[in-house]
Amino acid sequence: MSGVLDSLYVYRRFLGVSLRSQMQYKASFLMQLAGRLLVNSGELIAIFVLFDRFGSIGGWNVYQVAFLYGIVNVSFAVADAMSTGFDLFGDMVKSGDFDRILTRPRSTVLQLGGQELTLRRISRLTPGIAALVFAAMNLELDWSLANSGLLLLSVAGGAALFAGLIVLQATLAFWTTETLELMNALTYGGVETTQYPINIYRPWFRNFFTFGVPLATVSYFPSLAIMGVPDPLGTPLWFQYLAPLIGIGFLLASLQVWRFGVRRYMSTGS
Amino acid sequence: MSSYWAILSARFRSLLQYRAAALAGLMTQVFWGLIRVMIFQAFYRSSNAEQPMSGSDVETYIWLGQAFLAALPWNVDTDLRAMIRTGGIGYELVRPVDLYSYWFSRALAWRTAPMLMRAVPLLVFAFVLMGMSPPVSLGAGLAFAVSMCAAIMLSAAMTTFLNVTMLWTIAGDGVMQLTFGLIMIFSGMLVPLPLFPDWSQPVINAMPFRGLVDTPYRLYLGHIPLSEFAGVLAHQLFWIMAFLIAGRIAMASALRKVVVQGG
Amino acid sequence: MSQIVVEDLVKRFRISERDPGMMGAVRGLFRRRYQTVDALDGVSFSIEPSELVGYIGPNGAGKSTTVKVMSGILVPDSGRCEILGRVPWRRRNEHVKELGVVFGQRTQLWWDLPVIESFDLLRDIYRIPRVEYVANRDEFVEVLGIEACLDVPVRQLSLGQRMRCDLAAALLHSPAILFLDEPTIGMDAVSKIAFREFIKRFNEERGTTVILTTHDMDDIEVICDRVMVISDGMIISDGKLEDLRKKVSIERRLVVELEDGAVPAVHPRAVIAGSERGRVDIRFDPDVVSATELISDVTSRNRVRDIFVENPPIEELIARIYEGQGR
Repeated sequence: MSGVLDSLYVYRRFLGVSLRSQMQYKASFLMQLAGRLLVNSGELIAIFVLFDRFGSIGGWNVYQVAFLYGIVNVSFAVADAMSTGFDLFGDMVKSGDFDRILTRPRSTVLQLGGQELTLRRISRLTPGIAALVFAAMNLELDWSLANSGLLLLSVAGGAALFAGLIVLQATLAFWTTETLELMNALTYGGVETTQYPINIYRPWFRNFFTFGVPLATVSYFPSLAIMGVPDPLGTPLWFQYLAPLIGIGFLLASLQVWRFGVRRYMSTGS
Repeated sequence: MSSYWAILSARFRSLLQYRAAALAGLMTQVFWGLIRVMIFQAFYRSSNAEQPMSGSDVETYIWLGQAFLAALPWNVDTDLRAMIRTGGIGYELVRPVDLYSYWFSRALAWRTAPMLMRAVPLLVFAFVLMGMSPPVSLGAGLAFAVSMCAAIMLSAAMTTFLNVTMLWTIAGDGVMQLTFGLIMIFSGMLVPLPLFPDWSQPVINAMPFRGLVDTPYRLYLGHIPLSEFAGVLAHQLFWIMAFLIAGRIAMASALRKVVVQGG
Repeated sequence: MSQIVVEDLVKRFRISERDPGMMGAVRGLFRRRYQTVDALDGVSFSIEPSELVGYIGPNGAGKSTTVKVMSGILVPDSGRCEILGRVPWRRRNEHVKELGVVFGQRTQLWWDLPVIESFDLLRDIYRIPRVEYVANRDEFVEVLGIEACLDVPVRQLSLGQRMRCDLAAALLHSPAILFLDEPTIGMDAVSKIAFREFIKRFNEERGTTVILTTHDMDDIEVICDRVMVISDGMIISDGKLEDLRKKVSIERRLVVELEDGAVPAVHPRAVIAGSERGRVDIRFDPDVVSATELISDVTSRNRVRDIFVENPPIEELIARIYEGQGR
């Protein structure tokens, strides 16, 4: 237990250090924040623009989609902030900085997770939270203990799933030095996809994000339960409550793959 | 101009080395295009109201956007950024060339090489498998080609301007982020501009960003008739000149009080 | 048992090759050729506690591969490596606690932060007890003369300052073994001297084992008692520096710059290897004629503008070792 606490302490220290690093460049700091906010709000603005024209999508109104958008984007922001080191991992392998990490007596996951928490990544939270608040004010949700808990679980499951994807993407750097955008399609494309209800997509695509990379599973089904909307795809309520756990399982599996990658790195040196 | 060809060729060669990355990039954009097409199809299914643009036009607009995505000024020159951070920019400043023209041709090459690599296979894919439609007429096709060239020039002019701003603030990300946000929203990349609320159209049309995406694509679709071609092209050219001049002024004044960071 | 035991290490790498030019790049899209390189081809040695070992060899000879294996970063294809009774790559966390590593070209300090913050963070990473940390830090700061650097962001330090800070950072946790990989490369003369003196002194006081890879024979001469030479993945010489000297009778160079274009006159036991625009390259064997003797001889016979002694580059040393073996 003390090992875990100690690791958490070191993790917090890593984060503090990286925030202070960024404060070193005060001049562009505010502008960067504003810019990030604008970029990250883009999709939300797009949602409002489109609902202004079309009124609804697949039977969902703008508030419901904003709710889903909020869950997905907060999940992603949390995951992204916690795994920056993995995001930059390809460069670290090339520059040899990963060797340095291996010469320190701490787990690679801890060191990479605490690598660099940038404000731009935190700024991604803002539109997500704003959308959740906007949705909550208009949807008349029942904030029972079960529903609140499910919301948190859904965000946690989503964050774990995204973090797992980012870790998997980083693991690829052990095999190829080429930056593979393909995994970005899964993360960023996953955000784009799952901020709309999954029933609007073609079946093969829907299945991919339900079973293959279960991003829709951890956000779409729980939000149906919270909003009290019956699933047009016909899933039972208990499934909607348990679905977010899949994300946590996915992260644990990804970390196993990561450990395999580290072992391979240590035997090939590249 | 010779530096342009040299950089273009070098960029091509370095891009070709990364075959997996090229393929992955292509698949990413196909995937991305599919997501967007499906979302827009769902919106069009959900409403019977008359829209300023037909559903199939929007699909073609999206595929064009995916094909020419790499031409957008979505980042600063990472080499230049590194040079400014480390102080190596000092060497750039003592070269016997007009630095601004050199940076501009560099930016132009930076934008063209990856765009050409992706545009061709993506357009083939969209035509053959996704039912993307050809230009409405030969004239529309020609107008699109001319306007697309102007779009790339505009993109390079913006990139150069952004590169220059890095001389002012070392972490240059600020201006870049702000500009990038504006580009994403007001170029048409996220939502085709005609779908924006009617009251916002005059503002959006005055801004430079539509010249990167919306203007050429709507010429292609015939959504902007050929009779308006001269007007929209002039709009693009005006903003190209504006960014070039602004960048030149900014650079001159940055160099006057040059503080080479870190040196 | 020795502190470090390396036996018969073998490591092979596969490297892809590319053809030059545009056509080559296009061809590379479809077909890639690979080449196998023996980085380590049966390397064995053992090192006792508190030894000062120089590890030299040309680029690509296997120096850093060996260091990586010993650091637990790289697993060899075959062979044995035990450090303090542990196999480095098996229990990485316990192993690396006993190690300090300095890579000359890269810093382990946080680029945008004041040096002291990096030190504090390392304390937490290595779980260094407070008292030990403060004592070590204060001692290193004083001896290395980095007091003024502590509150400065790393990116604003000169290379010499930064390397001294990096050295302190690598030793904060009192490691039993210190790896230095090309630490003095690109350093100014003052920093080099401070750096070398510190390492010698640290070794004497704490008994830390030091393994140093370098291209600078002066580093070896000042710091090391023992020199291992690696070439093409094999150790071709291992012993005291004097023994190596004797074995290959290393010539030294005296470079003299003369006032005018006069033909230089030289001691009978030295050889003029080259002469260009008043700059004369003299080779001599320090066992036959000492440097001081030769210098006073040269200055008495010629009008000298500048004079200095040079060690031959490592490549030359290795060529001579091969010659010696062939003889």
